[in-house]
Amino acid sequence: MSNLLVLPILIPLCTAVLLIFLRGKLRLQRGISVVSSVLTVLISILLIAHVHKEGFLTLQMGGWAPPYGIVFAGDMFALLLVTAASIASLAILLYSISTIGEKREHYYYYTFYHFLLVGVFGSFLTGDIFNLFVFFEVMLISSYALLSLGGTRLQLKETSKYLLINIVSSTLFVAAVAYLYAAAGTLNMAHLSQRISEAGQGGVLNVIAVLFLIVFSLKAGLFLFFWLPGSYSAPPAAVRALFGALLTKVGLYAIIRTFTLLFVDNAGLTHSLILWMAAATMILGSLGAVAYKDIPRILNYNVIISVGFVVLGLAAGTRDSLDGTVFYLLHDILAKALLFILGGLIISAAGTDRLSGMGGMIRRYPLLGWMFFILALALMGIPPLSGFAGKLLIIRGALDAKLLTLSLIGLGSSFMVLYSLIKVFRQAFWGNEVEAERPRVSMKGPLAVAAGLLVLVAAMGIGAEALFAYVSQAGSVLASPELYIQAIMKE
Amino acid sequence: MEILIALAIGVLFTVGVYLVLSKGLLRILLGTTLITHGVHLLLLTMSGLKTGASPLLGEKADSYVDPLPQALILTSIVISFGVSAFFIVLAYRAYRSAGMDDVEGTRGESHE
Repeated sequence: MSNLLVLPILIPLCTAVLLIFLRGKLRLQRGISVVSSVLTVLISILLIAHVHKEGFLTLQMGGWAPPYGIVFAGDMFALLLVTAASIASLAILLYSISTIGEKREHYYYYTFYHFLLVGVFGSFLTGDIFNLFVFFEVMLISSYALLSLGGTRLQLKETSKYLLINIVSSTLFVAAVAYLYAAAGTLNMAHLSQRISEAGQGGVLNVIAVLFLIVFSLKAGLFLFFWLPGSYSAPPAAVRALFGALLTKVGLYAIIRTFTLLFVDNAGLTHSLILWMAAATMILGSLGAVAYKDIPRILNYNVIISVGFVVLGLAAGTRDSLDGTVFYLLHDILAKALLFILGGLIISAAGTDRLSGMGGMIRRYPLLGWMFFILALALMGIPPLSGFAGKLLIIRGALDAKLLTLSLIGLGSSFMVLYSLIKVFRQAFWGNEVEAERPRVSMKGPLAVAAGLLVLVAAMGIGAEALFAYVSQAGSVLASPELYIQAIMKE
Repeated sequence: MEILIALAIGVLFTVGVYLVLSKGLLRILLGTTLITHGVHLLLLTMSGLKTGASPLLGEKADSYVDPLPQALILTSIVISFGVSAFFIVLAYRAYRSAGMDDVEGTRGESHE
């Protein structure tokens, strides 16, 4: 059973390699991609069921006992994220089949797509800090390729900026690993956690903790997000959806793992730093989401707001807020995938990404309009939908931790999310139809995909009670790192 | 010995950062390679530069140098080689098709 843990990484990896050899055969490529994505979803659900019943799943690569070998750790938190990410990526795959265009498909689009998934799933599942770096790079290199694939002027410009930022942050990551190895003498995360708490987290370890915070913040778009709005608006809508739904979440996962497992002793210093970064992220993200008048940027700033909100839950650090963080991350992966798919559909229906060039689309695309409206409510956190439970838990946890200002900023950012999305809805769907040459686009396929995701988002909200059993199992590991250490370092 | 190498790493980082902050795309590229050099030396140094045999069991020495950071550096070198190669081709492509050779030229609105 524990060997199955590696399948979410192995399936996309084998698919990606296989697809290299099938370059000309587009139908075959699409078919294999879909089959492998469905398979990943099924496997990850199977793994969740297993972990829910029997607890932690670990896999020692090559049979080397930790800390000497590389361990893959399947706790509930990682597996929930793998499942959400695989569902979102299946939806985005179906969306990209109908929108990405044959030219891109010919140049290994699906290969890069699956390599990106390898990186994402690998980062979620690994239990070794240097292995995490390698999976980060697998993910990033595929994202460079996907970002620049097509080679328009805008893509070339933005890829060079994105590339530079990520080279610098990866270099800092290696430096942080070097310092950590010098201070603790190990790379396995469970063993690191033991060593750090034995040494007591003073002086040097605090500095290393802050260095890791900087590295992961650059990846996740926490406060250091200056690269994000530009880079994420360059590629085609399907790639944008993939980035918005998955890439920043991997950085967030790394922040959460690092600061609930490794650097927990001196939480006062790091957590207050994280808190203020979260507050600044939410405020600046809200300003951006309100200020812009083109769809890609509004959606990108929405990604930034939710990054701040997730991290608020982490930094509040109570049991409630950690549960809420897990719940909100799950919701956010699915909802952001849906948001970018709907955003892409609106852009292709209107033929422009400027709000000023849109209007009155509700007559021709009623389904698209109402789905966008419901999603806006879900993202804000209106009760029957999926955003509510996570936000409620995070805010409650933050209030328990006496963080009144931060909670208010969090609530305020929710209103800004709603305002910015309703602004899009009002401009694009209400009012008079703008007279312009419009491409008549067929939307049946993408709309069906989006409807599937919307049903999931609604079901997550309605079935929050049932889902909570799984979420709190994930939260319990985050709240007490001993569980993680015991599971990895057994015998 | 560590102090000397630490100084060298510091110089590499300084020059690298200076180059990354400059205008030309090619200089930025050189800057990133210098920073990566610095960080690889840092990995080597932080694990200690104690004298010992090379990590080959055939040496039959009393003590060996730490083999782990060498493996980490080897991994990191090939990764940064791949990324640098991609960056160089991207810069070439940007120069050829968009006429960009300095980053100032990449400014401006996304809708032009």
